[in-house]
Amino acid sequence: MYLKHINLLNFKNLKQCELDLTSGINCFVGKNGAGKTNLLDAVFYMSFCKSYFNSIDSQLIHHDEDFFVIQGSYIREDQEDQIYAGLKRNQKKQFKRNKKEYTRLSDHIGLLPLVMISPGDERLITEGSELRRKYIDSVVSQFDKPYLDLIIRYNRIVNQRNVLLKSARGNIKLIESQLDVWDEQLTITGEQIFNKRETFIKELEPVFQKYYRFISGGHEQVSIIYHSHHQKGKLTEQLLKRRAKDLVLGYTSKGIHRDDLELLLNGYAVKKDGSQGQKKTFFIALKLAQFEFLKDFFGFSPILLLDDLFDKLDDDRVSSLIELAGRDTFQQIFITDTQRKRLHDIVKQTGKEHRFFQVDNGEINFDI
Amino acid sequence: MNNSRYPSRLLESAVNEFARLPGIGRKTALRLALFVLKQEVDDVTRFTSAIRELREEIQHCKVCYNISDSEICEICASPKRDRSLVCVVESIRDVMAIENTQQYTGIYHVLGGVISPMDGIGPDDLTIEPLVEKVKSGEVKEVIFALSTTMEGDTTNFFIYRKLAPHSIEMTTIARGVSIGDELEYADEVTLGRSLINRMPFEKTL
Repeated sequence: MYLKHINLLNFKNLKQCELDLTSGINCFVGKNGAGKTNLLDAVFYMSFCKSYFNSIDSQLIHHDEDFFVIQGSYIREDQEDQIYAGLKRNQKKQFKRNKKEYTRLSDHIGLLPLVMISPGDERLITEGSELRRKYIDSVVSQFDKPYLDLIIRYNRIVNQRNVLLKSARGNIKLIESQLDVWDEQLTITGEQIFNKRETFIKELEPVFQKYYRFISGGHEQVSIIYHSHHQKGKLTEQLLKRRAKDLVLGYTSKGIHRDDLELLLNGYAVKKDGSQGQKKTFFIALKLAQFEFLKDFFGFSPILLLDDLFDKLDDDRVSSLIELAGRDTFQQIFITDTQRKRLHDIVKQTGKEHRFFQVDNGEINFDI
Repeated sequence: MNNSRYPSRLLESAVNEFARLPGIGRKTALRLALFVLKQEVDDVTRFTSAIRELREEIQHCKVCYNISDSEICEICASPKRDRSLVCVVESIRDVMAIENTQQYTGIYHVLGGVISPMDGIGPDDLTIEPLVEKVKSGEVKEVIFALSTTMEGDTTNFFIYRKLAPHSIEMTTIARGVSIGDELEYADEVTLGRSLINRMPFEKTL
């Protein structure tokens, strides 16, 4: 599957642009703030009905305008799909496939699989555990539909339990018998999620290691360790032990909503010990592993967006990454960079069909 | 329309009252009020007294907490009903739904809701204690849980189950699965998955 043609109107700083794309590597070169990443975000928007960077849709409209439109034609198995995404200020966004409007956006999400890798993904490593749980959830829910229902159910149990804890105002006697039941519910649903996450991490780790080894040249040992309260004995017992404290806090302190991934480089936390380049290699490998899972599930290559990835990586890692991109695993790729010559030299080595676009001040032009 | 001026204060107050009903907006309320004006006085009196009597004279059955015209509802009073079989439901509407199936010969127990701390509903707000008392009296052999299949419904089932577990009675729950007459492709994954796990011998479906 690939995006053959894109037409943009008033999307962020891109006032108007129309591009024919290659099914291989599409390179966007320009200065900071020229609009390279905005183009990638527009492609992301067509797959997920939202921006990768900004959750407020109205802020994606060009400052001087009242609407934006993104149109793309995708080719899949020789069939062409016309996707239309549009938003007028103060109105609901519209998504159409072959001129037919979707009644539910969730029907569209998943049609055009895509993975975006951007420098902001470093937060996967440096920030709190919530982002890492989100990463797991977003990958698992793609190939395991009931998983999302379990998560929704689980979150509701936690909310109910927390409200119950607060309602007791410190008097445990009032809620004791009820709390037993909520603990049991939390444990049963949590355990199902735990089992799925554990299986997933076991499958993920070798794929992740393969990509990390390839980009880094193989001298570094990396691992992912899954931590969950469910590994420390029966959860109902742990909840019982913490009950007095939970009551004071009005918060549930045990369960899969506190799960985390420990990311290790040569046995130490990459968050603390990794250099900027190592951290970057780490999250790129995590995202490429996600790509491979999606590819296996869909049976074809998702679109891959690489936003400003070569900065801070040494030359060896950059060329390994590009060598990787040249493989058949990947089909259509979008790359942004500030240095034309550097990008041109490396893309040429892949032997893949490629096209260069020059981005200046919100205008994008085809350039050899 | 909210700021409309009415030519009559009496009309306006009638509209206000109609508009308090669920699903009725001010436009519909005005339509209903004007309709009432066109009716014979006798008809309107019959209408208003039906509503007043509903509110003033209806009772809750002392056995099952269903609404009833008498202390004990018709279902609980009927000699044809099997008093050893108790179906636990959330509301009166569920009783009506099950009665319409004409498949059930036991009696009911209406809880009045499900446990949900977020909505401020705890076990004491429901008729769980009377159910335990009923079971303790020894007449009940089987309790059927027929609450909604939400997480809160499941939690309430579980709560009651634990309360009743010390008494040697049978506890069952209504089957969950694909509805009759449905195309498989339209069933959601959770329901369909569960139907596969809880599959049953074919002879039983004949």
